Amino acid sequence: MITYCEALNEAMIQEMERDSSVFVYGIGVPDHKKVFGSTVNILEKFGADRCFDTPIAEDSMTGLGLGAAINGLRPIHIHIRVDFLLLAMNQLANLVSSFSYGIGGKIGVPLVIRAIVGRGWGQGFQHSKSMHATFAHIPGLKIICPTTPVDAKGLMTAAIRENNPVLTFEHRWLYWQTGEVPAEPFTIPIGKGNVVKKGNDITIVATSWMNVEARHASEILGRHGVSVEIVDPRTIAPLDEDIIVDSVNKTGNCVVADNDWVFCGFSAEVAAMVSERCFDKLQSPVKRIGYAHTPCPTARHLENRFYPNAETIVREVERTLSLDRIDLSGEHFYSHEKRFRGPF
Amino acid sequence: MYYINLELYKLMYLIRRSEETIRKYYPQDRMKTPMHMSMGEEAVVAGVVHALHADDQVLGTYRSHALYLAKTRETDVFFSEMYGKATGMAQGKSGSMHLSAPDKGLLCCSAIVASAIPVAMGAAFANKYNKNGKKVAVFFGDGAMDAGVFWETLNFACLKKLPLLFVCEDNGIAVHTSRERRHGFPSMNDVVAGFGCSILEVSSTDPEIIYRTTKKAIAAMEEHEKPFFLRLHYYRYLEHVGINEDFDMGYRSKNEYLEWLKLDPILLQREKLLALGFPSQQLQQHEQTIDDQIARSIDVAENAPFVDVCKLHTGVFTCE
Repeated sequence: MITYCEALNEAMIQEMERDSSVFVYGIGVPDHKKVFGSTVNILEKFGADRCFDTPIAEDSMTGLGLGAAINGLRPIHIHIRVDFLLLAMNQLANLVSSFSYGIGGKIGVPLVIRAIVGRGWGQGFQHSKSMHATFAHIPGLKIICPTTPVDAKGLMTAAIRENNPVLTFEHRWLYWQTGEVPAEPFTIPIGKGNVVKKGNDITIVATSWMNVEARHASEILGRHGVSVEIVDPRTIAPLDEDIIVDSVNKTGNCVVADNDWVFCGFSAEVAAMVSERCFDKLQSPVKRIGYAHTPCPTARHLENRFYPNAETIVREVERTLSLDRIDLSGEHFYSHEKRFRGPF
Repeated sequence: MYYINLELYKLMYLIRRSEETIRKYYPQDRMKTPMHMSMGEEAVVAGVVHALHADDQVLGTYRSHALYLAKTRETDVFFSEMYGKATGMAQGKSGSMHLSAPDKGLLCCSAIVASAIPVAMGAAFANKYNKNGKKVAVFFGDGAMDAGVFWETLNFACLKKLPLLFVCEDNGIAVHTSRERRHGFPSMNDVVAGFGCSILEVSSTDPEIIYRTTKKAIAAMEEHEKPFFLRLHYYRYLEHVGINEDFDMGYRSKNEYLEWLKLDPILLQREKLLALGFPSQQLQQHEQTIDDQIARSIDVAENAPFVDVCKLHTGVFTCE
């Protein structure tokens, strides 16, 4: 059993051992905190030429990654917050994403960008965003949101071997998840979803951390006779539409629980796609769950209202299937403060 | 002596005649792409590119007709891309602003001011990482020095001692805005030098002077293993985008242009070759060869097919 964080680390180290063109860089990457531990032993194993810190200059450092990627290397650029990645939007939306297209597809951009969703303990509106849909909106970028330790290793290895730009969105609470992960290198194809749990009554399409909440919700609902199927797309772009369509065609009901804002978000994309492709099988409108449409607040009681959780999912499923309201007073919902009390 | 000066003349003549050809045919509206013309900067580009090794790599801006032609010396693919044809380097998907020829060392041209500068740094980083000895030269206007990413790149390139040659094609205006309206500091050179980056400044339309200055810069880069900054002045003959003059717009004077025109690089270089004793008839033969090449390329481009519309979706990702 290893953690999600150890799985990411193992994938990077094994690929760096396999391929000398892989290097890792970003703000704080080699420092004592090691990006929540995900870059431990890399500096020690591979030296400062292949694992280095950068100035606080995300724009130019993304250009560095693009230039290195089109000139024979495989960079991994790490951002400890997605919010910091936004400084790189010009490079991503104007150069990285269109590079192959603008050169007739002759040259790829084997660039991996890791960005961490920093939710929790009062991180507020500039240290907690996910925004995977914003990046998935741009043609030319591949977007992955690994959920389990196996996904983390398999998708990270696939991303490093991919000849096109891949952005990974890693929810930091997932860093503590544990699971059995093969020790040898392996890949999970980018663009393949995963049925996390089989069921017959309703499909929950969950991204990133919302898979943990969806699993908890499905346990509660299962005790009350509702059979939930959970689909984790794992990749936002390209999206494994078929795995979602097959599930909804079977269950006839769909709730999308996204780890992001709802409006114009990934949940809207799934709802539209399901409505188009499963129209005659749908027994209820597709429902969507996500962040409140506000910047993320700091105070804990507001933060609790801002984020959806297992209870939000249970309530939405009740409404969708016209169930009686379940008494949740005895349920213990996840509190990250059991694991994490700050400061960063 | 002949050789370098003749090569520089041929490069500049190719660039000038190609752009004159664009001006001739553009009103037909078959080249549907925004032209940012290089006219006036031929000596800068020819001098720098000729001083680089053939394996060295370059990146440019939307104003890179000269850079593409100097690096490749070919015009079939060039004009095909202008006409949006299947025989263009991006099958017409890129047009005038995003020229490239990676096998000849032109990695890309970007139409967002300053945005190719960090990409060039990444290419230089890869060359240093792979210890292949190649250099990268990145071309940009003085307007790019307004952008934060330029300073970010200068900082990191100096920090990591990367083999990156900054080539500032300084025409004194960003689109229509003079340096006086943009810079709150008196000396660009002093700020660049403050990063520990060596700098040479040239205000000349003589490509041989640009060539020799670039050779000095390259030697210094090799000796000290660090970046170098060239600030090369020129005068933009035409409007920011388009094929016309715009001296009636009031932001610059035609007299200024006429002064520079007396020092036109192609004109002066031709006179120099003749003064050196290069036979006039041979010079005309070289010119005719280039004229014929361009005429053939226009023919190739005009008669080439457009790419099938089903190819709209190809190339978003590489299929390697």
